[in-house]
Amino acid sequence: MIGFLLKRILLLIPTFIGITIVSFGFVRVLPGDPVLLMAGERGISEERYAALLSEFGYDRPIWQQYLEYLNNLVHGDFGNSLVTKQPVLSEFFTLFPATVELAFCAIILAIFIGIPAGIIAATKRGTFIDQSIMGTALVGYSMPIFWWGLLLIIVFSGTLGWTPVSGRISLLYFFEQKTGFMLIDSLLSGQKGAFGSAVQHLILPTIVLATIPLAVIARQTRSAMLEVLGEDYVRTARAKGLASRRVVGVHALRNAMIPVITVIGLSVGTLLAGAILTETIFSWPGIGKWMIDSISRRDYPVVQSGLLLIAAIIMIVNLLVDITYGLINPRIRHQ
Amino acid sequence: MSDITNPTPKKETSMRRRMLAEFWFYFSENKGAVLGLALMVILIFIAVFAPIVAPHDPIQQYRDALLVPPVWEDGGDWRFLLGTDAVGRDMLSRLIYGARFSLFIGVVVVGLALLGGVTVGLIAGYYRGAVDTVIMRMMDVILAFPSLLLALVMVAILGPGLLNAMIAIAIVLQPHFVRLTRAAVLNELNRDYVTSARVAGASPFYLMTRTILPNCLGPVIVQATLSFSNAILDAAALGFLGMGAQAPTPEWGTMLAEAREFISRAWWVVTFPGLAILITVLAINLMGDGLRDALDPKLKRS
Repeated sequence: MIGFLLKRILLLIPTFIGITIVSFGFVRVLPGDPVLLMAGERGISEERYAALLSEFGYDRPIWQQYLEYLNNLVHGDFGNSLVTKQPVLSEFFTLFPATVELAFCAIILAIFIGIPAGIIAATKRGTFIDQSIMGTALVGYSMPIFWWGLLLIIVFSGTLGWTPVSGRISLLYFFEQKTGFMLIDSLLSGQKGAFGSAVQHLILPTIVLATIPLAVIARQTRSAMLEVLGEDYVRTARAKGLASRRVVGVHALRNAMIPVITVIGLSVGTLLAGAILTETIFSWPGIGKWMIDSISRRDYPVVQSGLLLIAAIIMIVNLLVDITYGLINPRIRHQ
Repeated sequence: MSDITNPTPKKETSMRRRMLAEFWFYFSENKGAVLGLALMVILIFIAVFAPIVAPHDPIQQYRDALLVPPVWEDGGDWRFLLGTDAVGRDMLSRLIYGARFSLFIGVVVVGLALLGGVTVGLIAGYYRGAVDTVIMRMMDVILAFPSLLLALVMVAILGPGLLNAMIAIAIVLQPHFVRLTRAAVLNELNRDYVTSARVAGASPFYLMTRTILPNCLGPVIVQATLSFSNAILDAAALGFLGMGAQAPTPEWGTMLAEAREFISRAWWVVTFPGLAILITVLAINLMGDGLRDALDPKLKRS
């Protein structure tokens, strides 16, 4: 197991170096002068240009700049935002809980609806129920989620007036954010109605962000279940006279879950990409919206380090998925 | 001599026809796939004949008809079946022209990703060793980023616009083709037919393109349909975020971005472009499922 772990971690090193090169290179190697890019459309005087050039070290050879960049990263210096002048890392950690909260609720919703839906579809294979579930899943899978979000806003916020349009909590409530997770903080604050308001704000973004993972999980569960239901040991369990529910729920499900867990793990990337669109639509103050705002403000240090941090998080999550996978399935470990 | 060699091409065509018939048999088994194909044919027809089908010029602004609702709503106008947008452009005509953009984006992006990905995948799988390692690590790096975010940053640096958006999406989609092709090549490389072709003196180029490639195409085609829908979705998302096609282009995502501020006043300017995206992507995915059933021999038997 330790050998398996070490191998997985070693394999990540070249990818991680590649990620740093990409995030470094985006601002420096691609066409366009970084200083002029940062100055934007207003332009810049010659002296200021020269001063900035040496301040950022752009007048030195590119490999020296890269090594310096790496050195800074190792020391936890991810640069400062050009707009707020704050360190990128601290901005990231301030906003990250909002995205985690949203993504966590979304994946929970996707799992708790997707897996049962997939199991039902598989056990009722070929029936109207199966076709309806799979049809709905395919629609969800094909959904342009930015439009889906707007549609939900029209219906639930506009016509019905049930949910708020944007933000994480009503402005009526103000309290110290101890954990950064609004659901927990609103409970801790003890203010009446604060938790309800946080939940109300969370519902629509959660549905929107959960849509695609839910569809993927339902489809994957169905096909994994179908595969397993045809196996000999399932037939044996049935022949033994076990109740159908026990065969499906215990014997088949446990084995079918392996590919489903992989899919759930891999959907972290989907969730972070989806968070960009979802957070933009609902003005959710997380890292997705932060990246979009920084891109449109041409805040390159934020874009650069944000890209790096997001990729690093996805990499770590994928590693954890790999390890879990190895724990469940010994065959993978010994390959 | 000619008597002996002549029957071969004939046999080949009949075999092709039989393969095609078998393909159609499995594809048409799947009712959804047939529905998807029908939708796709209609969409292609609309896109090709947009100037004839569309009742108005997609960028013509009717100043006397701003935000006119669809015909069946109060205040609808028969001139504009699906209503008009905030500057008085006919929604239906814009949607029809939008089909052109979406299909064009899909074809170009998948074409680029397919060509690049298959070539690189063939090289990696055929030569193995250091070439393979370097290529695959590069692909890992691209796949480490969320594709939409990577495309977004690329477009932000290259400059917003449809062409740059297409290039960026092709780059982020291409690793999937590389991985698939490489895996398929590795699978085929040691088969007897490849060895015999090599012994017969076939060049590496011939081996790669003529001997191995045709036998790896199944999964690549399935991936191509998947990428086609991804390309359309991502391009629309970039348009929606202001990084794709620029106004007044009637691209569906861009139309949605323009419509956002009228969300509470005019539901139709928001609803229809998204519905068009959904239907197109759904049609492609329905076809993709059918293709997978028809091309994947492992699933066929089940």
